[in-house]
Amino acid sequence: MNGTFAEKILAKYSGEKEVVPGQIVTVKPDHLLTHDNTAPIIQKITSELDKYGIFSKSLPIIALDHVIPAASEKIANNHKIIREFVKKHKIKHFFDVGFGICHQIMLERGLARPGKIILGSDSHTCSYGAVGAFSSGIDRTEAAALMLTGETWLKVPLSIKMILNGELQPVVSAKDLILHIIGDVSASGANYCSVEFHGDINQFPVDDRFTIANMGVEMGAKNAFFPTDNVTEKYLKSIGVSKSQYHPVNADKGAIYYKELEYDLSKIEPVVAMPHSVDNVKKITEVEGVEIQQFLIGTCTNGRLSDFKVAAEILRDKKIQPNVRLLILPSSRQVYIGTLKKGFIEIFIKAGGIILPPGCGPCLGAHQGVLAPQERCLSTSNRNFKGRMGCKDAEIYLASPATVAASAIYGEITDPRKEV
Amino acid sequence: MKVWKYGDNINTDMLFPGKYVYTCSTPEEIKPHLLEDLDSSFAKNVKEGDIIFAGKNFGCGSSREQPVVGLKAVGIKAVVAESFARIFYRSSINQGLLLIECPEAVKKYSEGDKVFLDFENGKISISNQTYSFPRLPKEILAIRDAGGLLPYTRKKLQNKK
Repeated sequence: MNGTFAEKILAKYSGEKEVVPGQIVTVKPDHLLTHDNTAPIIQKITSELDKYGIFSKSLPIIALDHVIPAASEKIANNHKIIREFVKKHKIKHFFDVGFGICHQIMLERGLARPGKIILGSDSHTCSYGAVGAFSSGIDRTEAAALMLTGETWLKVPLSIKMILNGELQPVVSAKDLILHIIGDVSASGANYCSVEFHGDINQFPVDDRFTIANMGVEMGAKNAFFPTDNVTEKYLKSIGVSKSQYHPVNADKGAIYYKELEYDLSKIEPVVAMPHSVDNVKKITEVEGVEIQQFLIGTCTNGRLSDFKVAAEILRDKKIQPNVRLLILPSSRQVYIGTLKKGFIEIFIKAGGIILPPGCGPCLGAHQGVLAPQERCLSTSNRNFKGRMGCKDAEIYLASPATVAASAIYGEITDPRKEV
Repeated sequence: MKVWKYGDNINTDMLFPGKYVYTCSTPEEIKPHLLEDLDSSFAKNVKEGDIIFAGKNFGCGSSREQPVVGLKAVGIKAVVAESFARIFYRSSINQGLLLIECPEAVKKYSEGDKVFLDFENGKISISNQTYSFPRLPKEILAIRDAGGLLPYTRKKLQNKK
């Protein structure tokens, strides 16, 4: 078989010799990821869980991250319901409030691995293609069914090959690259497709690959994938996962792609996704000077140690404008400890920043950092939809950690190349 | 029957704001906030049997099933769009909300046109002009015919026993 990544892994998991795009297959995923939405998920199947039990104790991975620590009695009760469920069904992988954002936990604990299939009731489940997994978002109802049966259907997607040529210029980051790509193909440009990244990918450590794969869904992709290579292996080894513990699946050389797109990385510049759509991408030189009231560095897209290093180098011995807020959101406890040890947290606090607990809250307007009407936020997160940060009359702009850090110093959108 | 017409890239935050996601789960909790940031008249005026017409990539964004549960609960007969985002599409199958992907019909429709739907034969008529849309694969129809994914799953579990 001469297959793409998606074709090969879906054939493997469905027990078919080969599969073709459009074919419906039944698969048993290795893991099912759920978060604060676990409570409404299990409430759909209370009597079935009592009658049939859970399909497998090691299938679910549950992290409390979306509204943490609880912002209301209702949320607190949801968390309690989830803890009781975890205890009753002896769920193996549970991460209570404080561990971090589910996607980062999947990455840093080695739960996401090459050649695995992972489904999750969160659209950014597509992130784990950063380490060679096939991962995709589903809804709560499907997560409930999976808890009971351990299997679901998937349509074999068409595949798009994105070939990345050359090297990024200094200061230009993986975030600029993926925003540039989404601006190029549009918010629906990869709808239903598996997106594979090839070419000069060796320059991108797993952190960068995660930023890129995380945003696959913002162009409509079913999943986003980096082939397993020495970068993946090195990363996994560093977190204690040896080569014998995973079985990579990579595309064949003769695979047939629905589309092939090439990008010259040396030509990519710092960019900003303007309100209210992720594909509304402009070069930073076109939008410099837009006044901003709130800055957010972190989230599952750009909340890792390497992101905070970039931001801390820009903010060292600097102060943000007195009339703006800078929110720092580490993606996990582990990342938080790392930033503390490196002295980044002190830099951020001295600059005027506020450190938030590792979670998702502000990104979706669910908790902390909500905007007021006519306010603007420049954020390293992945979505700038109208109303997303809690207010439909506010504006969200997306950019890299370097751009957000440099801009916070001036209180307006600023080209980070001036500060580095 | 009223037709509600919207544009491209109608995302899950427009359909149901994120700030309610962890406090509203039941149809009754969801209904008043449906399309709140997109069209504040929708939740007040939508009636059973109404249809939504939209452009490309309807339902893009989060893995958020409240929009689907809500649209089904208020009695939306179908959403007709040029294309759908995949999680929304799957979720609609799971909830039994009917989606019709038919760019020609969306482009043809203008306010006041009479709309007639024939699901069984995969046809939609707009002011006497008829268009075809692809039928769902049989594996998926089985979920729809069972009344959604949970009834389908219950049946499967009972048969296994």
